[in-house]
Amino acid sequence: MTRLNVNPTRMELKKLKARLSTAVRGHKLLKDKSDEMIRRFSVLIKENKNLREEVERELGDCLKQFAFVGGMTSRAEIEKAFSMPSVSAQADFSTQNIMSVEVPKIEVSDAAGGDLPYAYSEITSEADYSVEKIGKVIGKMLKLAEIEKAVAMLAVEIERNKRRVNALEYVMIPQLEETIGYIKSKLDENERAATTRLMKVKNMIEERKAQ
Amino acid sequence: MQGKTAIIGNGDGVLAFKAGGVDAYSAPDAVKARELLRKLAKTYKVIFITDDLAKELNDLILRMNEQAYPVVVPVPSEKGSNGYAVERMKEQMERALGVDILFGREER
Repeated sequence: MTRLNVNPTRMELKKLKARLSTAVRGHKLLKDKSDEMIRRFSVLIKENKNLREEVERELGDCLKQFAFVGGMTSRAEIEKAFSMPSVSAQADFSTQNIMSVEVPKIEVSDAAGGDLPYAYSEITSEADYSVEKIGKVIGKMLKLAEIEKAVAMLAVEIERNKRRVNALEYVMIPQLEETIGYIKSKLDENERAATTRLMKVKNMIEERKAQ
Repeated sequence: MQGKTAIIGNGDGVLAFKAGGVDAYSAPDAVKARELLRKLAKTYKVIFITDDLAKELNDLILRMNEQAYPVVVPVPSEKGSNGYAVERMKEQMERALGVDILFGREER
């Protein structure tokens, strides 16, 4: 490891010691943050997986049902029948903070299952089922959106945080420690040099006195 | 919720979402979908996109992960899921944890 390019003085030593203690404390805090983020992440991703499977299954059913509708009526008629929303789910979009990562928070209030958006004579009864189902599944899809985004953002943040921890642990802290060691040994050496010089001078003076 | 969620798809399946209060847009191919996604990202909070299109637009979707909104969610099309969402989950897991804790056993 390379040491920092500084003058070996007491001033620098004091400064570096302060930096080292900050770095060590920062490292500990970041490591704790990393641990907690990983814990949250593993909980969230499990939830994500379950919800994703559920949504894909239900949506699959729903779309299959809808394909029947498509088979029985013309596209123009479907478009006309479905152009007005009926089972519009109410949702509130805000953000929440998970370990200082701003993730979306989507609150879905219950879908107000109103009347069907078309007259019964217009379209087959298959459409009724698919509309009803889709209203239910959309709430879940919004929940999935929230969780999936949180997972994605946490994953990025965890990676970033890991880099910070590693940079501190393997670059910053060793560098500071080495530089501090270097300055200390340099100062010690100076002190020894001063002491020997004094002893030498004392000897010389005593020798002169003896003559 | 109207005006806040949209779906981009390449089949008739997206029409079904219209009844659920989701604005439906259809895009025949990836180029069109890319354009559409860029445009919709400014106005909508949540954008569902069928996963065959999502696979083609992976880079754009990953870039949108920097902010909380818009949320882009891949959904299966009427042909069924193509595993794009699962792939992404795996990738995230590997980035964050270094190991696969959910799907590992099924593969072996």
